[in-house]
Amino acid sequence: MNGAKALWATLANHGISTVFGYPGGAIMPVYDALTFYPEVRHVLTRHEQGAAHAAEGWAKATGELGVCMATSGPGATNLVTGLADAMLDSVPLLAITGNVASHLMGTDAFQEADITGITLPITKHNYVVRDVAELPRIVAEAIRIARSGRPGPVLVDIPKDIQLAPYHGDIPAPHARPEIPAPSPESIERACELLRGAKKPVMMVGGGSLDAAAEITALARAWDIPVITTLMGLGTFPASDPLWLGMPGMHGSVAANRAISEADVLLGLGLRFDDRVTGRVSGFAPHAAIIHVDLDAAEIGKIVRTHVPVRGDAAQAARLLAEGAQPPARAEWRAQLDAWKARTETPSHWGAGSAVKAVVDRLRPDDLLSSDVGQHQMLAAQLARFEKPRRWINSGGLGTMGFGLPAAIGAGMAEPGVRSVVIAGDGGFQMTAQELATLKMYDIRNVKICIINNSYLGMVRQWQELFHEKRYSEVWLGDSNPDFVKLADAYDVPAYRASTAEELPGAIDAWLADPRSALLEVVVPHEHGVFPMVPAGAALSEMIETEPARPGAPTPEASEA
Amino acid sequence: MTPEQPTPDHLLSILVRDEPRVLTRITALFGRRGYNIKSLSVGTTEHPGVSRMTIVVSGDRGVVEQAMRQLEKLHDVVKIIDHSLEKYVDRELVLVKVAINPETRVEVRQIAEDFRSRIVDVGRHALTFEVTGDEGKITAFIEQLRPFGILETMRTGRIALTRGSNADIPAHVYHPGETQTLQPVLSAEPREERAREVPNLF
Ligand SMILES: Cc1ncc(C[n+]2csc(CCOP(=O)(O)OP(=O)(O)O)c2C)c(N)n1
Repeated sequence: MNGAKALWATLANHGISTVFGYPGGAIMPVYDALTFYPEVRHVLTRHEQGAAHAAEGWAKATGELGVCMATSGPGATNLVTGLADAMLDSVPLLAITGNVASHLMGTDAFQEADITGITLPITKHNYVVRDVAELPRIVAEAIRIARSGRPGPVLVDIPKDIQLAPYHGDIPAPHARPEIPAPSPESIERACELLRGAKKPVMMVGGGSLDAAAEITALARAWDIPVITTLMGLGTFPASDPLWLGMPGMHGSVAANRAISEADVLLGLGLRFDDRVTGRVSGFAPHAAIIHVDLDAAEIGKIVRTHVPVRGDAAQAARLLAEGAQPPARAEWRAQLDAWKARTETPSHWGAGSAVKAVVDRLRPDDLLSSDVGQHQMLAAQLARFEKPRRWINSGGLGTMGFGLPAAIGAGMAEPGVRSVVIAGDGGFQMTAQELATLKMYDIRNVKICIINNSYLGMVRQWQELFHEKRYSEVWLGDSNPDFVKLADAYDVPAYRASTAEELPGAIDAWLADPRSALLEVVVPHEHGVFPMVPAGAALSEMIETEPARPGAPTPEASEA
Repeated sequence: MTPEQPTPDHLLSILVRDEPRVLTRITALFGRRGYNIKSLSVGTTEHPGVSRMTIVVSGDRGVVEQAMRQLEKLHDVVKIIDHSLEKYVDRELVLVKVAINPETRVEVRQIAEDFRSRIVDVGRHALTFEVTGDEGKITAFIEQLRPFGILETMRTGRIALTRGSNADIPAHVYHPGETQTLQPVLSAEPREERAREVPNLF
């Protein structure tokens, strides 16, 4: 057995069933050895970025490790965006890269890049394997690090000679997941004390709570506390529950942002108070005592002052907090929240908002919904009604355009029986559009792509409209966009198009009914904003609730013509 | 307007696995957040595979605490000691080259003697001294010599150890028992089990 075979044997031993990757000179022994391990499926994407995002999609949907693979130099550097994405969104990811032979490392050899140096700040940890005897143990350790504690990406760089060197050792079995220390009883008691006295409490739940949905739902109901789910936490609390207030932050709901601004106690679980969530930090939850539950001690007190830090697992903490429940009557707070909630607007006129709503309204609770990055992403986050966690696959921390399609492919491959819908913009879709070939190659049948085509880099255009006096600089795509239906056709992916509100329902029906993966292009008016919006640097209470009238500009209705 | 307060210095010891890039990982973490490292010394320890760094950073308490928590997350970091929380001894070795002339020669030598400093190089126009001590002693020594004309100085950076036994080092780092051997670096044992303690906050 050589190093390359030992690698596959270790992955197989760890139950890795699927690896997304792209071969090249420095990783050829690994691809050669792959032919001996039919139990592991390798998915050839069309770009290493696609491989990384597909592995992320897999991990985000299942909570299990995603694995991607690339050759040295350009292959490895193409993984970088995906690794940074996984780092910010705490996604368990293992990246394997080949590298030039050990004696060539550091000599600027052909296709050499110092990938461990490059990825140092965007991985949880990384390794260069210097001795084949260490390879399987390092891979097993990398997997453990990626999955344990606060998950994240780990990279293992394997020089070509190490892949070829004979290996005589054992193949390691998976490490047991370490026990997570329970939150201290004092911190739980202090938190309960605050909640008992709270007149206007609110709970805020982030991506670190995705696997604590049941406990969090029980906690909220036990204490009768309204729940806000961040962009990363959507689905952790059922949208159909009357206690749900929506998403906070820049494009959050009126109810969520008002509730934060008014709250006297804010209980945050598994979230990191991203600046897109807090707005201006000094204006964030100005009246609230903050209880922050997080596994990662470094997150506590990092951004916002914390009155009661609770270090621990969200599920455990939620269970302990629920046990102490003594909810006082808070009729006034409920009435106030209901009034704010009534302000939630549903898009009425034809535009990106109503198009996204028509699509997300058709989702079933088990369906996966991925998004790319831009206006369509925020619209999907605002309008979709998630009942379960791990159904919303999106790039929250890094905001990576090009994420949507490959992530939907990865998620869809992890759950082949489930519909994997992706909403993308005309801009971001083109960053990884070549992954349509992956759909064809593996005859993937459950990926449904919806492109919201507004002919603009819409989100940037919106900022230019609001904050740069409508100087639209380098955001117009209309003259150069491909015919998306023809593009899909070229990849043998069936495609549909709708350009009016009347056409849309029929097109959605046909698109979803197609037995294969299919694309739907929805052509929408060019200038349509996402609101509510908290301008960057403003406090949540300074939210612009509805789209401002723009004098002289075509109304969405007029531009339909 | 209040005059800007100098930010206090913090003295940290960090026990790390002796692996490639460990220094980069740690300094990058400080650099990325804009914390300036004032001094850094690294050396091996009594345990194979473990190095010890002493870092002096300036910043308020919150800044340093955040840095420590970020450091704790690094896989290479075995233990961090914040010396402001306990009693410690610290030393720095400094080489100082001072200009001399026939009139000042004796006086300079006398100052050096008072500080128990040793002459390590003698030239016609300069003397080079070696001095070890804590920060106060070294600063005082340099200030005494400054009027004569300091030509060059080089400092190793501070190093520190806690006073007393190794009580501050948790048993899961050192196995109990006479030999106090360190667990093998990169052991198969999950790292969380020998996790370092987080400041009392929790
Ligand atoms: C890789 C990358 N480059 C640039 C950006 C900045 N950016 C954020 S949203 C956006 C516009 C996205 O346009 P489109 O994909 O058409 O979606 P829309 O906003 O119109 O829905 C851009 C350029 C980004 N997030 N990611």
